[in-house]
Amino acid sequence: MEATLQDRIRQQIGEAPVVLFMKGTPVFPQCGFSAAVVQILSHLGVKFKGIDVLADPSVRQGIKEFSNWPTIPQLYVNGEFIGGCDIVREMFETGELQQVLEEKGVPIRA
Amino acid sequence: MAMDAATIERLIKESLPDAQVSIEDLRGDGDHYAAQIVSGAFRGKTRVQQHQLVYQALRGRMGNELHALALQTSAPKE
Repeated sequence: MEATLQDRIRQQIGEAPVVLFMKGTPVFPQCGFSAAVVQILSHLGVKFKGIDVLADPSVRQGIKEFSNWPTIPQLYVNGEFIGGCDIVREMFETGELQQVLEEKGVPIRA
Repeated sequence: MAMDAATIERLIKESLPDAQVSIEDLRGDGDHYAAQIVSGAFRGKTRVQQHQLVYQALRGRMGNELHALALQTSAPKE
């Protein structure tokens, strides 16, 4: 991957404490898996920044290489890759997601 | 593009020979699967690392030929 693209992705990941690379926008997700993660974050009252990979093919490919993860959505908290849709859903169901967010200082709705 | 469940299982077992794999074709369209995989190779790894092992076993097919594979991974119980 080009260094400039990698820098751009790093910068995007750092733009907010919680960043979701997704297809579509938080208001209009374009894929069921992205929509599911948006729904979980919204349910928890988590403020997050959505980055629409459909708007930029280089980011769509680049984020997969960056995290060695082949699918979108991808959730990052304080710069750390948390997982895709299955992992986020599983962590939400077990309460781990809430715990990780709290540990990382992200306010959630109790 | 689609992949059959037997191919998915074979690729996973090539990389993780001890794996117990059960695959469900969620829509019967050969494109949306859910897999439960139990392997000793997952022991001590985070979920992200466990799923990365499975994606590696699928050698680049995930996200390409294979659109949706919901994963649930775990290590065998002691």
